This record gives sequence, C-alpha cells and structure tokens, in this order.
Amino acid sequence: MRAKVHIYPKPGVLDPQAKAVGNALAGLGFDGIGELRQGKLFELELEASDAASARARVEDMCERLLANTVIENYRVEIEE
Amino acid sequence: MKAAVIVFPGSNCDRDVRVALEAVDGVAVDMVWHGEGDFEAADLIVLPGGFSYGDYLRSGAMAAHSPVMKEVVARAGKGVPVLGICNGFQVLTEAGLLPGALLANAGLNFVCRDVHVRVENSQTLFASGLEQGAVLRIPVAHHDGQYFADDETLAELADNEQIAFRYAAGETPGPANPNGSVQDIAGIYNATKTVLGLMPHPERAADPRHGGSDGQAIFAGLAQALG
Repeated sequence: MRAKVHIYPKPGVLDPQAKAVGNALAGLGFDGIGELRQGKLFELELEASDAASARARVEDMCERLLANTVIENYRVEIEE
Repeated sequence: MKAAVIVFPGSNCDRDVRVALEAVDGVAVDMVWHGEGDFEAADLIVLPGGFSYGDYLRSGAMAAHSPVMKEVVARAGKGVPVLGICNGFQVLTEAGLLPGALLANAGLNFVCRDVHVRVENSQTLFASGLEQGAVLRIPVAHHDGQYFADDETLAELADNEQIAFRYAAGETPGPANPNGSVQDIAGIYNATKTVLGLMPHPERAADPRHGGSDGQAIFAGLAQALG
C-alpha cells in the first residue's frame, strides 16, 4: 500500500520562507497571489492488511516523528 | 559534580561545553555517544549545540529519537537536571521535555553574534549563580531559534515562572531579539525547573579570552548547586 503525508505549518505559525517565496513570485510579475503556504510531502510504501490499519499506522508516524504537532498539521492519503 | 555531555552525529559544541564545565573546580565530564542506551550516573545531563543529524526533517527531530534520548527522558522524569543549549534546546522540545518549538528565524538568516539576555527567574539550580534581572552578554549562533508556543502554553509558562531568559536591549548592534521569538523568549524551564533549554551559548562566553565570561556563572552555579 502507498501513503502520502502532507505537512503544513499550522495557521498562525509564522512561515517566513513561504512569505519570501510569495514576495519573489510577486516580483516576477505573478499578480494577485493570496496566502502562500510551503509544506512537505512524504510518499511511503508500507505493508498493511487494509486501508484503515495503514492510515492508523501512518497517523501514528505523523504524531511521533513526521510532524511536530506544536507547529504543523498533517493530512494522510492512502492509495490501495 | 559529574556531568554527562551527550554527543550526537553533527554535534559541534560538545567539546566547548566540556571545557566550560571542566574549568569549574570539582566538575568531571563524561562524553556519551548517542547510540548508548545506558550511561553512568550523572548529576547533570547536557545536550550540546550543533546540527545533530544535519537538521534532517526538523532541527532536533532525529536526535530526539536517538537511543540515548529514551534514557535522558527517563532520567529527566526522575528529576536529573538536563541542560539543552541551542540544538540541545531544539532536541528537548522535539523530545517533549520542554513545551513549544523552535522555528526558522523570522529574518531567515543564520544569526551569529552576541546578544543580551535578562535573567527572568534566578530561583532555580541553573540560575543559582545569577542575579534576578541581571543582563548577560552571550553569543547566539543559529538558524532555527524563533521560539513559538500557543497562547495557552505561553500563559502557563508565565504563571509557573518557567521563562528563564528573555532577549534584552544592550550595546550590541542589531535588534535585541535576534530571531523573532515570541515574547522575546531566549530560554525556558520545564514545570519543575529541572530542565532548561536556551538558544544562546553560555559555553562560548565562559572565559575572558572568549571576549566575555557572563556564561561562566551558569556552569559555576550548577556545580555549586549540584555539589
């Protein structure tokens, strides 16, 4: 089974890198850009009997290592 | 006092802090490799500065799950004092021994210069050599030093007097707060004041030959408090 994990800074957490990227896009002439967020994407393969157990394992990985839930939110997609 | 300095792959202030500790009378230091699941009893555990695991994933995140950290967390739970400096502070937050997190500096630059910090709570064993309200001149050297915690956590830190140091105005150039830390926080304690994390490097201001020795009082005070 394959899983994708998206990790983003929580709303309210200052993300100066994303802000700088947004400013750079504006500098290139890309007008009308609103909020820009920069995150991480993990793709992993794992053995699991079904999607629900795969999701539970990946969510555990997020809580314990992949995300820092003080400052980041995560979203898990399971592809069978 | 016997101190254990934990050495992760990528630590680079481990020897500096050892020198600063050994300069105090009666202090012995063990260097403990991160792969050790167990190590000799120590009165103080130090997590040094550096770039453990190349700051992979997030600063301190990989080190927080090193074999040795299980033992550090267990001993901290029994009340053994733990001092985390710079990357060590990041490791302590990632390991859950201190609340909050360290984000990239607000200015996105690596900041390496002297700053001033005010002693916010001198009633701890880490600050026994410091005066309440005293302002120390100590260097910082970090990219991810912006302390962040949510409002609820910040209120708890204030109520429990867990804020150890705040950046303060001084004669050094540049803004007093070098990284955008919330409420100018430079260092915090855990609830029992037995774990301290701070971004500035007291071991780099521990001898007049460093250009300043304000940090030395932290090591001397610890040695006095812990015997």
